[in-house]
Amino acid sequence: MKWAALMVVLSTGGLLIFATDDFPPWRDPHSPASEHVSPRYIEKSMEETGVPNLVTAVLADYRGYDTLFETAVIFTAGIACFLLLRTYREKEKESRLYRHVHTGLIVEVEAGSRMREASEHFERADRLWAPDDLIIRTACRILIPFIQLFGLQVLANGHHTPGGGFQGGVILGASLILLALSRDLRTATRMMPERISGLLSASGVLVYAGIGTVCVLLGHSFLDYAALAPILFVDPVQARNLGILGVEIGVAMAVMATMIVIYGNVASAGYYDEGL
Amino acid sequence: MISTLIAKYNYWIYITLMMVGMYAMIAKNNLVKKIIGMNVFQTAIILFFVSIGAKQDATIPVLEHSHGPEAHTVRALDYINPLPHVLMLTAIVVAVATLGVALALAVKVFNRYHTLEEDEILTQIREE
Repeated sequence: MKWAALMVVLSTGGLLIFATDDFPPWRDPHSPASEHVSPRYIEKSMEETGVPNLVTAVLADYRGYDTLFETAVIFTAGIACFLLLRTYREKEKESRLYRHVHTGLIVEVEAGSRMREASEHFERADRLWAPDDLIIRTACRILIPFIQLFGLQVLANGHHTPGGGFQGGVILGASLILLALSRDLRTATRMMPERISGLLSASGVLVYAGIGTVCVLLGHSFLDYAALAPILFVDPVQARNLGILGVEIGVAMAVMATMIVIYGNVASAGYYDEGL
Repeated sequence: MISTLIAKYNYWIYITLMMVGMYAMIAKNNLVKKIIGMNVFQTAIILFFVSIGAKQDATIPVLEHSHGPEAHTVRALDYINPLPHVLMLTAIVVAVATLGVALALAVKVFNRYHTLEEDEILTQIREE
């Protein structure tokens, strides 16, 4: 029992609870947080942007600059994991396991020699967990396309239901992580190679910043989507609506690719040969 | 006293959760348990902020009947404050990013010291 840590924690908690004396009561409609700029966002959002989902309108339009750098933060985290962990030298000589596909027999090949990777009779098995369970493989094989469809639906319906770029991007990334868990990391890397996922995360941030820059090139401020009205042939309210959608697509690309990059690097400790 | 409890109990619950996470970050020996404590702390902060935006008898911040013939003027009292939700979306993304980088650093620490216990790592550092 660490008494010093407990004293620190209890005193900090006591000070914070003492500070809540000055807080407004819970669910007060006239609390200071709900008074100054928030009613304007609630009342003017439909007539200025045409988006019923107030959270998406505030996130991607009124506070779009903040969201751009949040996308840059998640991209930076993906780069940081890649730079910390990814190594291209082979692991020290250790034996590999191969599974005979038809009978399930495991063969251990000693260090130094290896079998042909693309053989139809033998497949590589991971040392820590050999996912050859038929139920898991078949169930995930059926589920993954529907998970991806649902992710795209959450992204596209971000204007009318709770959802948007971050949520849809995480669901899409989770579908590929499920593929890596149910088969193995090499299968998922074949479906989404490292180069593609790296380029995709960078291009997500580029789409977001690019839409903002196009608005500057057309004469308005950065990320002022009403500038896109002449080139999209719509009125300014609809242009803001479409600008929000374009920005959310960029965010979803960046978040999906970064989830895959972080998972691939952390699960295989940078070697990308055997995952979890 | 009871009226204060009813008015403020949401803040107290989330402060308690924050302190649980903080104790795990300070007192636990294993690095992964410290990372989990950091995650609990961040989750408590997110819930704390979201609870600030609640309003009595108000619905979620998605406008109802906004299209078509039933469109009517929007009253700010009918919808909860969307601003804490937006700020906390950023906080969730930052939490995921720091969790990913923290786990990558834990992998590097394990590769170097072959242990994840803080006291064994400090012993190995002092012996160098």
